[in-house]
Amino acid sequence: MTISAFPPGILLVLGGLVLPFVAPKVRATIVLVLPLIVLWSIWQIGDGVQLAVPFLDYELAVVKGDALSRLFATVFAIMAFAGGLYALNQKQVSELAAAFVYAGSAIGVAFAGDLITVFVFWEIMALGSTMVIWAARTPESYKASMRYLMIHLLGGILLMVGIVAHVADTGSVAFQAMTPHSFGTWLMLAGFLINAGAPPLTAWLPDAYPEASFSGTVFLSAFTTKTAVYVLIRGFPGAEILIYIGVYMIFYGIIYALLENDARRILSYSIINQVGFMITGIGIGGEMALNGAAAHAFTHIIYKGLLLMSAGSVLYMTGGKRKCTDLGGLFQSMPLTCVCGIIGALAISSFPLTSGFISKSMIAQAASDQQMFFLWMCLAAASAGVFLHAGIKFPWFVFFQKDSGLRPKDPPWNMKAAMIFFAFLCIALGVAPGPLYDILPFSTSYEPYTVPHVVNQLQLLLFAGLSFFLALPLMKRTLTISLDWDWFYRRLGEWLVRFLVRGIVEMRRDILATLSSLLESFIRTTFRSHGPDGIMARTNAVGPSVAVIVIMLTLFMLVFYIGV
Amino acid sequence: MNEQTELNWLVRPTTIKLLWRVGFGMLALLVLADFIIHPHAAFGIDGSFGFYSWYGLLTCLAMIFFSKFLALFLKRKDTYYDD
Repeated sequence: MTISAFPPGILLVLGGLVLPFVAPKVRATIVLVLPLIVLWSIWQIGDGVQLAVPFLDYELAVVKGDALSRLFATVFAIMAFAGGLYALNQKQVSELAAAFVYAGSAIGVAFAGDLITVFVFWEIMALGSTMVIWAARTPESYKASMRYLMIHLLGGILLMVGIVAHVADTGSVAFQAMTPHSFGTWLMLAGFLINAGAPPLTAWLPDAYPEASFSGTVFLSAFTTKTAVYVLIRGFPGAEILIYIGVYMIFYGIIYALLENDARRILSYSIINQVGFMITGIGIGGEMALNGAAAHAFTHIIYKGLLLMSAGSVLYMTGGKRKCTDLGGLFQSMPLTCVCGIIGALAISSFPLTSGFISKSMIAQAASDQQMFFLWMCLAAASAGVFLHAGIKFPWFVFFQKDSGLRPKDPPWNMKAAMIFFAFLCIALGVAPGPLYDILPFSTSYEPYTVPHVVNQLQLLLFAGLSFFLALPLMKRTLTISLDWDWFYRRLGEWLVRFLVRGIVEMRRDILATLSSLLESFIRTTFRSHGPDGIMARTNAVGPSVAVIVIMLTLFMLVFYIGV
Repeated sequence: MNEQTELNWLVRPTTIKLLWRVGFGMLALLVLADFIIHPHAAFGIDGSFGFYSWYGLLTCLAMIFFSKFLALFLKRKDTYYDD
């Protein structure tokens, strides 16, 4: 096996596993160098199956390369590098180790040529990400990680049953484009969508991600949902149902983020919103839309990582503050964190000259090309809404708003370096989209920078900004959360279990009561006949006894005599 | 806390007034830019005068009001799930 055929994902997983057992200096070196080696090896993988392993009756394509695989693996490796740099001062070594296992398995999924390999890496991802949440070591993060794990194990089961049914149908384990038409393909689609944060199981994401540590959330934002986007692009391109699911996710993310007070939950809802754009693109199908979905996943990982690094720096330097009601005015003492946060916010809002502009507009262009008027109107409104809920709301409430009196400094050098690196990428990709367009799955001649496109986008965004400040009194933050689908398993489920438990307790009590009353009446009856005063317990004198015996004998003799 | 005299230049009332003026100036210029640009409208309405401006403003206000409406039913204290 040549080095180019060694699975890059497994390399990163192995690197993560050795991290806890090496000295801090060596650890830092591995964290910074290994992702770059992985990135290099990703680009050594040519098209087609590079590594095949026999398993049962099947031939597993553990490493299979093409443009789409390399694109996602590349951004996963970049994220592992920047996230590792950002997390260098994270004291919980287990978090970095888990994050590398998590990132490595995401790369593993990106190169998986068959469904069984997809499933194996899928499950390692679920475990790795749970460990990342766990590493925050708070009671809240433990509970949230268990809820997270339950949902992802459910998704894993759906995926596994789907794969088994599909293989039974077709006899092939190959992972290629499908349409949801059979039991197996529907279940696989459901399993994929759970990881994407699709309805009705959307709430696991804003529930769990913000509970991770300052650096843990940065890793979490990148891999699970974007791996789901990857498998959907490969597995279900053009499946119409994805348009409806995507549009729901887009507006769900906006509405819930508008109501949210916790800065990192705002950004978590915004992940669902952004993944919604990608899912919609996959549902539209066609080269332009799929390119748009893939490019948007690439740019999204970078600017969402940047936004969460910015929020994580605030969390880290203020000793755990992440609610808008506690924050404000931090631009004065954290200028770099503020500027990087704003660059991330502009990128997520698709401002011209940022990465979001050159990726998201391809999805809207596809809707326009295919004359999907209603969808196009939804996407335009949603683009404005992104600026509203993430582009302005996040920086405004964290860095401006009122003066909270807090004066935290910018974070340590490694966290600043990671933010500067990602802020640079956000602008570089926006200014010069060529290199990204060159590695998209389909060749494209899309030109984002036309005068009308730039002007129209600025009109849309700045008037969205105006609406924010006009409605500012309505945006005032309160110490509240908004109920979500997770209410059904966190409250209704709990009540149902309590109700059932109470039912069972009552039934047990009734049965015991009936049994004991039966037993008592039996004892009472027996007592009446066999007790000290019972007929069977009376003592009789000798005389009457002899008389009875004589009578019995006489009767016996008479009977015997007559009988003979 | 900063004293009134040491207010950061960005949050001084004069700066904020200036920012509002510059902001409205930019919005006006952007609307007027529709006279100059000639978009290739795919649907018709997207090529009409000021479309992106009013559409961005109104849809955002609609989303804010809709979220406040939903909040009537869905809002709870943030200790709701704490036992």
